[in-house]
Amino acid sequence: MAGLDLKDIHKRFGSVVAVQNVDLHIPHGRFVCFLGPSGCGKTTLLRLIAGLEQPTAGRVLLEDQDITDRPAHQRNFGMVFQSLALFPHLTVGENIAYSLRIRKKAAADCRRHVDELLELVRLPGYAARHISQLSGGQRQRVAIARALAIEPRLFLLDEPLSALDAKLREDMQLELRMLQQRLGITTILVTHDQREAMTMSDLIVVMGTDNQVHQMGSPLEIYRHPADTFVADFIGTSNLLKGVCRSGRQVVISGKTLSVEALPAGVSAGSEVSISVRPEDINVLSGAHEGENHLQGQVAFVRDTGSSVEIYLDCNGFQIISQSTPKSRPAVRQGDAATAVLPPSACVVLST
Amino acid sequence: MIGGPPKGLRARLPILYPAAMLVVFFVIPFGIMLAVSFFKREPGGFYTTDFSIGNYANLFTVLFGRVLVFSILISAFCAALCVAVGFPFTYFITRMRRKAQVVWLVVLVSVLSLSAVIVAFAWSIMLSQTAGVSNLLVWLGLMEKAVSWSPGFWALTCGMCYIAFPYTVLVLYPPMSRLDPHLPEAAQTLGASPVTTFFTVVVGSLRSSIVATLIMVFAFTLGTYLIPQILGRPQHWTLSVLITDEAIYRSNLPFASAMAVFFMVVSLALVGLTMLAGKAKEPSPR
Repeated sequence: MAGLDLKDIHKRFGSVVAVQNVDLHIPHGRFVCFLGPSGCGKTTLLRLIAGLEQPTAGRVLLEDQDITDRPAHQRNFGMVFQSLALFPHLTVGENIAYSLRIRKKAAADCRRHVDELLELVRLPGYAARHISQLSGGQRQRVAIARALAIEPRLFLLDEPLSALDAKLREDMQLELRMLQQRLGITTILVTHDQREAMTMSDLIVVMGTDNQVHQMGSPLEIYRHPADTFVADFIGTSNLLKGVCRSGRQVVISGKTLSVEALPAGVSAGSEVSISVRPEDINVLSGAHEGENHLQGQVAFVRDTGSSVEIYLDCNGFQIISQSTPKSRPAVRQGDAATAVLPPSACVVLST
Repeated sequence: MIGGPPKGLRARLPILYPAAMLVVFFVIPFGIMLAVSFFKREPGGFYTTDFSIGNYANLFTVLFGRVLVFSILISAFCAALCVAVGFPFTYFITRMRRKAQVVWLVVLVSVLSLSAVIVAFAWSIMLSQTAGVSNLLVWLGLMEKAVSWSPGFWALTCGMCYIAFPYTVLVLYPPMSRLDPHLPEAAQTLGASPVTTFFTVVVGSLRSSIVATLIMVFAFTLGTYLIPQILGRPQHWTLSVLITDEAIYRSNLPFASAMAVFFMVVSLALVGLTMLAGKAKEPSPR
C-alpha cells in the first residue's frame, strides 16, 4: 500500500539550510521516528509534511497524489505540537471538538465524539474542565485526542513528550505506541531521544547535523548495522576504531590486524575505514592473551551501575568500552592487564 | 524573615511612596472636586461652602441627558472602531520580523508626541472644502465637486480615533506578541482556514485583552474636550466640552464638579458592566 513520499526535498530559510536531499518513503500504517540532534531539520521536515512550511524544492506525495501546494487546513493531518498549543480559552471538550465545529457537525455528534475520544485517551468525564486545571500528562492526552478528532490520514507529533518527567514520559511512550497500533494510523514522531525512538517506532529515520537523512531502517537494523560513523555514534554507545583496510577482509588499527566478516561496497585494500563495535559484544579476559581479534591493554576504569558493568580499557592509545552483565563480570580491577576480544561478526566496517 | 508581612516603617517605605503619590495626586483632588460639587455658586464670585444637592438636581435636564448619551455613544463607537482596526493591524505587526516591528511601533509612538490641537487642525484642513481630500477625489474623477466634511460627526470620529489608535495598538501589542504562534498553526492543522483561525483562535484567546483595550480607549476618548470643539458642530460637543465650558467660561465650578462626578460614576458603571460581560463568558479557572 502506498504511503507518504518525500521526493528530493530541500528547505532553506534565507541562506540557512534547514533540510536537504531528503528522499523518503513512509509506508502506510507504520510508526516512524525522525531522530537526530537539535538543529538537524527534523522538525522542519515534519512541518513540511504538515503543510506549515513550503519546501524550497521537491515534492510531497500522499498515496501517489501530489500535495506539495495544498495548504495545511486542507490536508487533514493531525498534529501534536511541542508546546501542545491547546486553545487556552476553550474547555477540554471544546478543544477536542474544535475541528468538528469547524466542519459544522451537529452538537450531539460532537458531544458523542468528544466522549469517545476522551475514553480513548483515558480521560473520561473531563470535557467540562478548563485547560489550566489539567496536569502536564493530561494536557498531553487532550492534545492527542484533539489531533485524532479529525480522523487524520497522518498523525504527526513534534517532540510531544519532551516536557514530561522521565517516568510519565515512558508511560506515555508505551501508551502512544499502543494507541497507534490499535488505530493503525501512519504516525511520524520527531524526537532527539534515541531511547524514545527505539521504544516506539517501526522505522527510524536518522538525521545528522548536515541536515540530511543518514539512515532509515528498523531500530534493530540501525543499532546493529549503522550506515556510517555518525549513526553508530549517535545511536547508543559505540567503539569507533579508525583503520586501513587490507586485502582478505582485514583491517589494520594502529598496528593490530582485526578480522571482519563483511566489507561495505566500494571499500578495497588501502581505503580508510572505521570499525564500529557495540560494547556488549566485547568480551574482556583477565591478563594478556594472544589470538584472533585480541587487543591487549590495561583497565582504566570500571563503572558498576548495578544492572550492568562497563569496563574501560586503554589499548595503546585508543579506548575500548566493554559492557557485560554483573553475572558474567570479568575478574578485573582498575590497573590490571586485560584483553579485549572483538568477535569478527560484531565488527561493522564503515567507509567513513 | 522571608514571606512574613513587612514590619516597621523601613520595610513599608517602598509601598508608602506610591501610596503617598496616589493620595496627593488622585485622592485629594477628587475629594476637593467631590466637596465642591456640593458647594453653592456665588454669582459674580467663586463659590461658598455649603451642602446642597442642588447642583446634582440641576443635572436632570434634557440637554445634559442628550450630551451624556452622545458622549458615551461616540466614545464607545470610537473604542469599537479603534479595536476593530487596531486588532488585525497589531496582529500583522507581531507577525513581522523584529526590525519591522520596532519601526512600526516607533512610528506609532511618535504620533503620540503630536498635541491634540495639531491633530484636530490637521484633520479639519484635510477634510475642508478648500484644501481637503475631496479635491483629490474630484481630480481623480470620483466626485462632482469639492465638499466640506469638517466640522461634522465623521470628522470628529476620525480625530478621536486618530488620537486613540496608538494607545490601542500599544495596549494590544504585549499580549498579542506573547500569543503562542503554534496556536494558529494548530487550528490550521485541524482544518480551519486562515480567516476562521483568526476569528476563533486569535480573537478568542485574546478576548480579555480586547475587553481591556475597549475599556481603555472608551475612558480615554471620554476625556477629550478639544477635538469635539474643532471637528464637531455644537450638537457633537461631548460632556467634557460642557464641563470645561461651565468651569472655565462661566466659572460655575460647583456645577462643573457635579457634572464631572456624575459623568465619572456613569462611565465607571459602564466599565464595570463591560468587565462583567467579558468575565461571564470566560470559563472560571479554579
